[in-house]
Amino acid sequence: MSTPTSTIAVPSPTPPESASPVVVFDDVSIAFDEKQVLKEISFQLDKGETKAIFGVAGAGKSTILKLTLGLIKPDRGHIRVLGEDVTTMKEQDLFELRRKIGMVFQESALFDSLNVRDNVAFRLMEEGESAPEEIEKRVREALSFVELENTVDLFPSELSGGMRRRVAIARAIITRPEVILYDSPTGGLDPVTSTTIIELIVKQRDVYGTSSLLVTHRLQDAFVMASHYFDTQTGHMWPLRDDPKRKIPMKFLILREGEIIFDGDIQELAQTRDEYIREYIS
Amino acid sequence: MELTSPTAFAKDKIEALQEYSALAGNSVASLFTRPHYFPDMVQQADLIGFGSLPIVVLTGFFTGAVLTLNSANSLERFGSLSLLGQLVSVGMVRELGPVLTGLMVAGRNSSGMASELGSMIVTEQIDAMRALGTDPMKKLVAPRVASTVFMLFFLTIISDLLGLVGGSAVASLLLGLDYRQYWSSAWQILKFQDVFMGLFKPLVFGFIISTIGCYYGLSAKGGTQGVGRATTQAVVASSVIILLVDFFITKFLMAMFGYS
Repeated sequence: MSTPTSTIAVPSPTPPESASPVVVFDDVSIAFDEKQVLKEISFQLDKGETKAIFGVAGAGKSTILKLTLGLIKPDRGHIRVLGEDVTTMKEQDLFELRRKIGMVFQESALFDSLNVRDNVAFRLMEEGESAPEEIEKRVREALSFVELENTVDLFPSELSGGMRRRVAIARAIITRPEVILYDSPTGGLDPVTSTTIIELIVKQRDVYGTSSLLVTHRLQDAFVMASHYFDTQTGHMWPLRDDPKRKIPMKFLILREGEIIFDGDIQELAQTRDEYIREYIS
Repeated sequence: MELTSPTAFAKDKIEALQEYSALAGNSVASLFTRPHYFPDMVQQADLIGFGSLPIVVLTGFFTGAVLTLNSANSLERFGSLSLLGQLVSVGMVRELGPVLTGLMVAGRNSSGMASELGSMIVTEQIDAMRALGTDPMKKLVAPRVASTVFMLFFLTIISDLLGLVGGSAVASLLLGLDYRQYWSSAWQILKFQDVFMGLFKPLVFGFIISTIGCYYGLSAKGGTQGVGRATTQAVVASSVIILLVDFFITKFLMAMFGYS
């Protein structure tokens, strides 16, 4: 497995703090055009934890991320993000909250009229609180984290699919958000590029202790995340068996027909007797 | 083709009207709340204003020219060819300048806005902007509305002037009239009311063009096909509404200024 190398100055690993939820879904339901997409679902994401969300196409995975950001409102139930109820907040107040949340969209959603520098710096420039030199430094840092320092002047159309995802990750992490939402970050990518993206997500989790919700179709990605850790000393990702005392803050959530049928860690997933889940993970 | 019940059809239309009204209202309100996006406004003003200049110049010039040709024939029958400048002047300034410039800019920019914003919707760039803590209404819609209203005003003035120049060229070169007489009568007939009517309309038309373009763009659904549909709808809707609103504005202003 290739390992990421980075010139970024990383802080010492942040251990996950005691379970204080950063995202709480409480009895949430939503329907589109009379089709019930999510049915009374409840779960929580603890601080420093990564939760991988699985389900077949149309199961409501991406909807959960959009609900978390307040981009859409549920028909019933409440969603609390970083202690605030996004279901009752006005759009103007949500803009403030969203500055603490990073989002990597399924198809990257980079602004195609802006180059990589301006895409990554977008949030900082909008905040208008940083000097141009500071913005340039932060952009270089974020691009260094995803190993794309040489692409600053390129436009999204000049990048490969994998590079676009990495730029999207750089854009999401530039303000060091408390929560990151990944929507199928490896979807449609070749295995090598997918592994690079997963390594970056593991790096973000283990270096900065960022909480995240990860929507994916690829079980192997989540299993790699649950069984590997990023070592800041070596700058490499290693299998957990090399450091068995280390705990990986990773959980799995499986959706079926709008309902949660599993919410637990990798051991619980391996031991489940549910026929559907066993078939799904086999 | 799927049949829709009259109730569902009516609900859809009312909902669309409600969403358009909300967008139009918010776009104005956004101009008076922070943050302001002046660089985006300047960029849009360049795209909409300077970019539309060639078609506006051509439209204005040839409209004035053809109006002169047609009017000369009628006026000559009554021996009133000397009134040619007056007729072209009033026709261009009060009606043809604003309406034709509005229609040209609608064709070019309403479609441009709908396709640009529609593409951003289907590629999740609008959601990404909201996720990054930026209000698309302030960043994308308000600058387009302000720039279109502002630039259409000046484009209409240019169109009016070029219409008179076109008329003058035809009058002097083809009809053998004295150009000084043409310009003198064209200038003297214009009253404050005519100029006001001609310059009030582009403010309304600019608002219609930009809000309709943005509305259809932000409502685009169904991938690239949906973007194409939104683009077509934006041009058709803005053109038809310009013509409808033009009638009511003209009627209202004529009543206000006491025209018979």
